Amino acid sequence: MKAKHQRLTLALLALAAMLGAVLLAMSALKDQAAYFYVPADVKRLGVPLGKPVRLGGMVADHSIVKAADGVTINFIVTDGVANIKVRYTGITPDLFREKSGVIAEGSFTAPDQFVASTILAKHDEKYMPPQMVQKPKIGRVE
Amino acid sequence: MIAEAGLAALWLAAALAVLQFVLAFFGLVEGGAPELTRAVRPVAVVQAVLVALALALLILCFLNSDMSVKLVYTDSHSAKPFIYKFAGTWGNHEGSMLLWVAILGVAGAAVALFERSLDHATHIATLGAQAVISFGFYAFLLFSSNPFARLDPAPPEGQGLNPLLQDPGLAFHPPTLYIGYVGMSVAFSFAVGALVTRKVDPAFARAMRPWVLGAWIFLTLGITAGSYWAYYVLGWGGWWFWDPVENASLMPWLAATALLHSVTVLATRDGLRAWTVMLAVVAFSMSMVGTFLVRSGILTSVHAFAVDPQRGNFILALLVIYIGGALALFAVRVGSVREGARFDAVSREGALVLNNLLLSTILGIVLIGTLYPLIVEAVTGEKLSVGPPFFNATAGPLALLLVVVMAAGPVMRWRRENGLAVLRRLAVPIAIGVVALVAVLVAAPGLHPLPLLGLVLAIGVGAASLAPLWGRNLRRTPLFTYGMVLAHLGCAVSLAGMACDSAFLKETLVAAKIGETEHVGPFAVKFEGIDPIAGPNWTALEATMTATRLGWSGDPLILSPQARMYSAPATETSQSAIATLWDGHLYLVLGKQQDDGRWQLRMWWKPFVTLIWAGGAMIAMGGALALLGRTWRSLIMARRKDAGA
Repeated sequence: MKAKHQRLTLALLALAAMLGAVLLAMSALKDQAAYFYVPADVKRLGVPLGKPVRLGGMVADHSIVKAADGVTINFIVTDGVANIKVRYTGITPDLFREKSGVIAEGSFTAPDQFVASTILAKHDEKYMPPQMVQKPKIGRVE
Repeated sequence: MIAEAGLAALWLAAALAVLQFVLAFFGLVEGGAPELTRAVRPVAVVQAVLVALALALLILCFLNSDMSVKLVYTDSHSAKPFIYKFAGTWGNHEGSMLLWVAILGVAGAAVALFERSLDHATHIATLGAQAVISFGFYAFLLFSSNPFARLDPAPPEGQGLNPLLQDPGLAFHPPTLYIGYVGMSVAFSFAVGALVTRKVDPAFARAMRPWVLGAWIFLTLGITAGSYWAYYVLGWGGWWFWDPVENASLMPWLAATALLHSVTVLATRDGLRAWTVMLAVVAFSMSMVGTFLVRSGILTSVHAFAVDPQRGNFILALLVIYIGGALALFAVRVGSVREGARFDAVSREGALVLNNLLLSTILGIVLIGTLYPLIVEAVTGEKLSVGPPFFNATAGPLALLLVVVMAAGPVMRWRRENGLAVLRRLAVPIAIGVVALVAVLVAAPGLHPLPLLGLVLAIGVGAASLAPLWGRNLRRTPLFTYGMVLAHLGCAVSLAGMACDSAFLKETLVAAKIGETEHVGPFAVKFEGIDPIAGPNWTALEATMTATRLGWSGDPLILSPQARMYSAPATETSQSAIATLWDGHLYLVLGKQQDDGRWQLRMWWKPFVTLIWAGGAMIAMGGALALLGRTWRSLIMARRKDAGA
């Protein structure tokens, strides 16, 4: 093999690897990217059951109900337009409380029942996540 | 006065960076004045002294709790323990950027003082490139992130440091990671220097290699330390979350690992010339992307200290200028880079090319997964997140393939190799791998394929990584070969830890009363009691738990997880308790008290999870051995040359 050809081969291989990376990543992103919804989006657009998503909003006042096992809670996430029931088993973050912002990661088990695997609460003022600074944008277009 | 002196030192250092570039430029340009280049090295050293002085003065402001300095006011508190006043200097945006440029300056001085093997012109061009990078970051500090800004009148007390950062990890993780990040700038400057003087050859690669190796060692240490820190401080039991900030440190590491291997091909076999230069540019680009992601406030993280679009834009502009400039230079000069030596597809070079291709592919995937949510949000306003399921499904299998190549590469000959001979040399490790596969299938049926493959490969590859030492006179084997073996073995050890953790993890989540006993894995954990305690700037409720292993007589382990309340800023944190045993971690987290008096408890038994960080340390140590071996050899060579001449 001529030297020139070897360099060309290597360049083509690198290109193929990069193309492979892009194709693999894009196809996986289609299934694995978790979209951010507020309750109004869910009501309007519907979310397929079992698909990983993030649900954001406020924990409704007087909505936190503790289950008998001591580690499971049920509460309602609201954005003032719609409400979603959320269940979570685990230790909640320190700043998780009623009438406070929350992001729940998980999936829907029924059209109005969300099961969270992770709960992210609003940090203190200084370390506020950008998602919380700007009001979540409503209106996800399909 | 101290803050003003610091600011002055910073301005002077910035001016010297300009001078350093101007001297290098007019010294090297055709029709210029070559004698100017003699001043470049001293200027680089003085610049480093000044920026180090600026950092030292900022540290002094923090130690004195001088609240008239705005940064000290917003991020420190007089009641903080000494170590966090010291390390807290870089626990904020401005301070951490000052640490960044200080390391950059010192790295430049180190290149000026200790680099002896590079030819004069390339050396000067390298220092010129380094000066341009430094200048950009000085400008960033001085115009948009001044760490020495004053407050008038001075507030009586500071606002305090985020309690998550009040941990010994803060003294270790940011500096090591930054040395790694910034070390990549040295590789970048070398590449630019060699492109400028058109000397991309094995001598250049041999000169660049120790710097790449050094940066890579620190990057490895920084990532390992960061992973362990997140593991114990967050109380989530995980050691890697595929969080964008973690990816920001992983991406330079992937590029640096690829560069480390390709620079060896260039140094030893004079192959992969253009490729190596390109990788040096990519590696530093990834450091810049990492800095941009972490420091611009674009991400939600404890690392993102502030949300200020101006800063983000500034770093983005620097990134575009440096990387764009380097790529343009590369495009113009790549034609003048001669084709390197040829090799067969099946050869050590071939394996290293495959290593580079796989690392680059993983890098590409991680980059896309990290940037995709940001780009989608910028374009459509939609918010989404890309997490572990994406990265595990894409990067995981490629990483496993990579360790297979890692097992084969070191036992292959340069230039030309017989595939069957390689298989023969690896017969024993392959046999060990097969036995491990059968053993795992019998002992733990129904394992998920990824952890199963990971565990089996870790065992087989661990055995194979020792193969380069077989049949050799161990006393005559060079130190850098030991370094390579240790680093590769470290990869296998780390992989074994990851596989064990995901395959055999046991978790219990309960609400328990004092006096009750709960079970996790092979442990019975008794909840003995809760006591209030106090630290220097916090109070806590501390639980006492005693853990007994089933079938194990002897003293029970005592673990004390805490729920802490910090006073400044007022924050509650959970302090997990971890018992390190020879075969893993018992990890306890204390949750909240329920209305009926029960306490939430989260308990994990994580078999062999410790191997993950032990492996990381082995990788870094392997790098250190290789660096020591190479430096030692080049010193001996230099002495022989002197004696001969």
